[in-house]
Amino acid sequence: MKPFSWRFIKVWQRNRDVFFRLWHSEAPGFVAEPIIILLAMGFGLGAYVGLVDGQEYIKFIAPGIIASYAMFSASFECTYGSFVRMEYQKTYDAIIATPLSVEDVVAGEIFWGATRSLMTGTIILVIATAFQLVPSPWAALIPVVSFLEGVMFASIAMLFTSIVPTIYSFNYYFTLFITPMFFFSGVFFPLTSFPEIVQTLSWVAPLTPVVHLIRALVNGELQLGLLGALALILILTVLFFSLSLITMRRRLAV
Amino acid sequence: MSIIKTKNLTKKFKDLLAVDGVNLEVEEGECFGLLGPNGAGKTSLIRMIIAVSPPTEGDIWMLGNDLRTYSRQVKAILGVVPQLDNLDPDLTVLQNLMTFARYFNIPKGEAYRRSMEVLHLFELENKRNNHIRELSGGMKRRLLLARGLINMPKILVLDEPTIGLDPQAKYLVWHKLSELKSQGVTQLLCTQNMEEATVLCDRVAIMHQGKILSLGSPQELISRYVGSEVWEIEVNSEERDKTIKEMESRGLDFDKAGDKIHVFHIEAGGQVTGLVDSPEGLRRRPGILEDVFFRLTGRSLIE
Repeated sequence: MKPFSWRFIKVWQRNRDVFFRLWHSEAPGFVAEPIIILLAMGFGLGAYVGLVDGQEYIKFIAPGIIASYAMFSASFECTYGSFVRMEYQKTYDAIIATPLSVEDVVAGEIFWGATRSLMTGTIILVIATAFQLVPSPWAALIPVVSFLEGVMFASIAMLFTSIVPTIYSFNYYFTLFITPMFFFSGVFFPLTSFPEIVQTLSWVAPLTPVVHLIRALVNGELQLGLLGALALILILTVLFFSLSLITMRRRLAV
Repeated sequence: MSIIKTKNLTKKFKDLLAVDGVNLEVEEGECFGLLGPNGAGKTSLIRMIIAVSPPTEGDIWMLGNDLRTYSRQVKAILGVVPQLDNLDPDLTVLQNLMTFARYFNIPKGEAYRRSMEVLHLFELENKRNNHIRELSGGMKRRLLLARGLINMPKILVLDEPTIGLDPQAKYLVWHKLSELKSQGVTQLLCTQNMEEATVLCDRVAIMHQGKILSLGSPQELISRYVGSEVWEIEVNSEERDKTIKEMESRGLDFDKAGDKIHVFHIEAGGQVTGLVDSPEGLRRRPGILEDVFFRLTGRSLIE
């Protein structure tokens, strides 16, 4: 594996410039949709749901919505977004003919994907706070967690992008990996409501430790166990980040 | 000193030997042409030289530096004009150049100055705020050339720079490339356009099946393989075999070219008199690089 250099920032800047030119077409996905889900599920379904500890349902799902949509942002950016840039627009080919390397491009894409997570997570946090769904000041750390989460999901997405033959392959990624996590990582239901086997699977899904961490920050319930969740996120991030550097070089430098 | 030097440069793909032990030396300040039919290995060779594709075997030195160790430094002084359009469609014309300048770490003010300069050079200033999709094919090609100059490269690597251009734009590009050469910019030009190679290149290498078959100035190659004049003989099919026999007995150097026969290396017109009955069947023209190309790479389709 070859390391990336500070030049990755040039790729990040390129993506930022494009994003702020086209942000209005992105806004419905990362602002409107999570708010609709939060309110519809929270107030609509919430009227029928009684949680064991008496917490309001909308307060239970708010942290999970932050975590899930931060995940979606990085995942879309580094699957469809990156694949279009790589295969259709040949943007990567143009960039690696300059002093930037394949590794700089991959790092720039991943950190941009993570920035999308940071933006999405922060926007939903602000709105949830406005609805008085965020009791603890520890929630101020959520943007940092969203960014870390973003690096992890962008890295996993980038690894997948570097090995798929066509853009249609992302259907598998979302149907079999991302969407199940949305439902089985403790976003909408406590993990304990699932059968034993699903609970076990939930704990290996990368979204679960993130939901766990963000929920604790929202409620101000800090405990040592959270370090385990953080460690899991960091381990997965380093692993997938490194792998994506290797597989992307294999794909592009032929 | 050779500004580009390769030794035993080889590129293998799964079951294909794309570049087969190429030894090449390009001198500083020259325009060096790479000619060859489709699939000859030109683009594979170029991709290794611009450090985006690792060689399977062999070495490359750019300005005397081993490319494996100094790829970043070398890429900083290279201008690359690719065959396929890889302009950034998410950005405007000017933003394309500014963004590209940033990849080379050129400060913003300087990047703007250079962007306007290269836009002016290729007569694109009034398109600077247009989107890429609003440009014609010819404008995109000119913008690719402009982009390739944004870092004021020492070496310009061009893959089919005038493909798809109308004659006006083609001459504009040729003129600019000659100007750059007179300013000392070394050029490695990959082309299928023999006229382009003759006009622009100091030396050309003819590539076929991954190997360089021959190398020299266009004039040298023409006199070596063709001679200064080519006689084209047109015969009907009944007399064709007879004529060919007669030419063989006279020891002439000729090729069959469709319904014509080309005769090369004619020192005196007398060598071809009497080969055909009517004077219309015999035509004399100067030898050109295309003749050399056909003689070396054959007339059948390669792929």
